[in-house]
Amino acid sequence: MAGPSAALHSYRKMVFIRQFESKIDVLYRQGRVRGPAHLGIGQEAVAVGAASVLRAGDYSIGTYRGHAHALARGAPAEGLMLEMLGRAGGICQGKGGSMHITDVEHGYYGSYAIIGAHLPIATGLAWASRVRHDDRVTMCFFGDGTTNIGAFHEAVNLAAVWSLPIVFVCENNHYMEYTAIADVIPVARPAADRAAAYGLAPIVVDGNDVNAVADVLGEAVQRARSGTGPSLVEADTYRMCGHSVADPATYRTKEEVAGWAQRDPLIRQAAVLAASGVPAEELAALTASIRAEIDEMAVAALAAPAPDPATAWTDMWADGTSTWRN
Amino acid sequence: MGGWDFDMAELTYRQAVAVALAQEMERDDRVVLIGEDIRPGGVFKTTAGLVEKFGPDRVWDTPISETAIVGAAMGAAMAGLRPVAEIMFSDFYAVCWDQVAVEIAKARYMTGGQVSLPLVIRGVNGGGLGFGAQHSQAVENWALCVPGLKIVSPSNPADMVGLLAAAIRDDDPVLVFEHKALLGTKGEHPEGEHVVPLGRAAVLREGSDVTLIGLSLTVGMCARAAEELAADGVSAEVIDLRTLVPLDAATVLASVRRTGRAVIVEENPGQLGWGAAIAAILADEAFDDLTAPVIRVTGGNIPLPVAAPLEAEVSVSADKIVTAVTKLLDRRARMAV
Repeated sequence: MAGPSAALHSYRKMVFIRQFESKIDVLYRQGRVRGPAHLGIGQEAVAVGAASVLRAGDYSIGTYRGHAHALARGAPAEGLMLEMLGRAGGICQGKGGSMHITDVEHGYYGSYAIIGAHLPIATGLAWASRVRHDDRVTMCFFGDGTTNIGAFHEAVNLAAVWSLPIVFVCENNHYMEYTAIADVIPVARPAADRAAAYGLAPIVVDGNDVNAVADVLGEAVQRARSGTGPSLVEADTYRMCGHSVADPATYRTKEEVAGWAQRDPLIRQAAVLAASGVPAEELAALTASIRAEIDEMAVAALAAPAPDPATAWTDMWADGTSTWRN
Repeated sequence: MGGWDFDMAELTYRQAVAVALAQEMERDDRVVLIGEDIRPGGVFKTTAGLVEKFGPDRVWDTPISETAIVGAAMGAAMAGLRPVAEIMFSDFYAVCWDQVAVEIAKARYMTGGQVSLPLVIRGVNGGGLGFGAQHSQAVENWALCVPGLKIVSPSNPADMVGLLAAAIRDDDPVLVFEHKALLGTKGEHPEGEHVVPLGRAAVLREGSDVTLIGLSLTVGMCARAAEELAADGVSAEVIDLRTLVPLDAATVLASVRRTGRAVIVEENPGQLGWGAAIAAILADEAFDDLTAPVIRVTGGNIPLPVAAPLEAEVSVSADKIVTAVTKLLDRRARMAV
């Protein structure tokens, strides 16, 4: 169990991610976000708990719902916002957008927007650690829907056969996109009930409890780092928003959403902090200050210049160019 | 039998693959191999002797899992290794095409240059041996549709060594196509460390009447056709493109500007082939120097059959090239009347 300062640190990060994504939602509705955006409101505890057990130098990798994972590793929020608004200075130079947020400097090796595609890539990051005999761990995040695509099977199988230092984290938010995961799997648990096929333990964690996430993933990371091999962890959580910002999520009942709202990871961590003596006013002030910081960030980002169109032709090849013929 | 004698004077195309891999693995310990059955040498024996020479940490056998193989190569490349992944038959690119075309080809660009992918995917390509419709395709074209991939297709053992070495040293993803009908062909074993830069076509034979442009298997066909044509008094220049990306268009343009005629010979179906891209470049940039239409000799627009007479019927050959060139020259004779 995390101590009060670690618990407060996790709370602060979750609030930051929540406020950041809420701002992206507003900016999208104002027509200012270029392309789609997929928010993870309600799922912050997974990203924050996971990042808390990774070291600098460890690899993490995720999906198009990846803002939280980049921010949790320490990616600069300004760079993400500029990227999503299509302004100069975006973290991917305007070439990635919301779905491809990447921050290699902080160990976040990218957001991939083809379901399942990054699991084999994650396996490759972990394979490199095996080849080099270093002690880096790879953590790979994906959704419940991913467990139905072939790349999931190929990647988890190879990682298990080779005993790679990797932790696969399935964020089970109960909806693949618009369809309930229960409608498209023949078992109760999309990841945990498949783990036995790879000789792995069925691990389920309360994904809305940041401290539980940190505990369970911390153990998985330790196993990976000590050479015991991969883990497949299913974090039970809920997407409080639609699949993308364009989805009103009308396929869910009000009762279901209200039930999960009571288990909101921020509310739960606030309760933990209250129990350890942190005054509610302090948490409210923290949230207000983060909201103000992000509002200012958005004002500055909206005032930032557009990228130079000529830069569209750079960085396809390693030499910086995009020429295919002489 | 541990593997090949890497010092022999003559080399088969098959051995050249192992020679190139050994040369680069010796030089750079970041080079690691990944694929199906490659420790025992691979089904085409192109990796024979390498696990004995470099150990299991450098040569990794996988399940039948092309998506995992290629994806793992991508991840390892992002982490700083220089993996060489084997796809046993290039037809199997279809089962991992997302990784190749949508992940590998895009990652550097869409991250704004944050990652580099110094990786090679190599595999056996093409027809001619009766492997049938699902194991005989020449698929360089698939990759040519996708910016971000380099494409190498060697025609002889020395080039296999040099181009595969260059591909491994390249900081971008490179697909190397090894032609199954060339595996047993012999050639000179180049002296010392051999590297052939990507993007430089080879002029194999100089000529003045027509330029024959080939790749991989069709280069030898072009050379044989040029011999036959010479006997009829026709002087044909033969160009081996070697790589489609980067494309040495300058060498092709310079040749065709001199000869005024181009015959492009591609193994794949003609519906859409790399030859069409070359023809378009010639039309755009050498139109005023052309004295005849640009002709493509291509494989048939049909899956490849197995029986030898059927496969030959729909495949390119030296004879078909000679016929095409003869028709092209007859056309001029007719026009002159």
